[in-house]
Amino acid sequence: MKLQIASRLAIFAVLELTEHSERQLTVAEIATRYGVSTHHLAKVMHELGRARLVRSVRGAGGGYQFCANARRTTLLDIIELFEEFGQQGPDANEPGRGTGEAAALDIVLGEIDEAVRATFGSITIATMRRLIERGRVPPVATGRLGS
Amino acid sequence: MSYQGCNIEGQREYFMKRAAARTKTQSRSPAPGAIASRSRPIAPFATRPGEATPLVGARKKTFLLRPARRDDMAAVTDLDERITGLAKPAHWLELYKRQKKPGHAPGIFLVAIDTDVAARLLGFIVGEIRAWEFGSAPCGWVYALSVEPGSRLLGVGEALLESIAGEFRKAGVDKMRTMVTRDNLLPMLFFRGEGMMAGPYTQLEKDLG
Repeated sequence: MKLQIASRLAIFAVLELTEHSERQLTVAEIATRYGVSTHHLAKVMHELGRARLVRSVRGAGGGYQFCANARRTTLLDIIELFEEFGQQGPDANEPGRGTGEAAALDIVLGEIDEAVRATFGSITIATMRRLIERGRVPPVATGRLGS
Repeated sequence: MSYQGCNIEGQREYFMKRAAARTKTQSRSPAPGAIASRSRPIAPFATRPGEATPLVGARKKTFLLRPARRDDMAAVTDLDERITGLAKPAHWLELYKRQKKPGHAPGIFLVAIDTDVAARLLGFIVGEIRAWEFGSAPCGWVYALSVEPGSRLLGVGEALLESIAGEFRKAGVDKMRTMVTRDNLLPMLFFRGEGMMAGPYTQLEKDLG
């Protein structure tokens, strides 16, 4: 299981904004924290803004602010802004399509997709913050997620 | 078993609409009786059955957690039936009796009672300590958790779960498990919010038709 970079950045950005909810954070601040380019992150923040998960505040001290409900916003809500999990339906151009082997493989892949969606769809930003605060997420966990 | 009555800190309609559209710090609980100081009414922090737990917040409610009694079973059956649409009086009575049976695995059946309206059931939780099934070391299983629909968002479900966890700990187990259907978003969000994560077991099944 590996998330696209944009999805990962979006999750990190939202978590960062919810941790510092008392003020706005600039793209540069968030980018520095995670060692990514401001250009790439700016695009991600724009998409989060379109989804009304964050809003930008202009002027001195301005930046981005999380403006949704952290107890209702799930990881899946964020990830689906940037990529899709399963449910695309069979691609008629895929090799082997129409064979029993492909159908059996679809069943297995569907099982995996379902579990992935259920996991991302049941973990809110508030839950993630609690996980972080509890220190239950050792550094190796992120490596495992992306491997 | 159904978790449809569990407390969830969101709005049912919101999640249901969203689910339909997609068809394409936990700290240790403060001492029992402590008053939640946050403005949002999430945590009554009642961990010991038998102690009333005041809760402050937008909606004030005080409730008591205690072991279930025989005469609670009618209200338990009624609450479960209103939530699941199925009346299972024999099932609940059996679960109640099981915890009393000598030699049986230690069972825990707790209820939350509204102290403002005497004897009104706000919710219940049932669990049991099981050992060595599927090779598992002794752990506490939560079989059922239900909260009166009109009394959600008051921390009743959280208090019941925290309380049964305390009972499991006292019994010497350090792991609590439950099972939720993947598409049942409300209990999934609730248990995840309470810090529960996927365990090492995968449930497998097969149609026998």
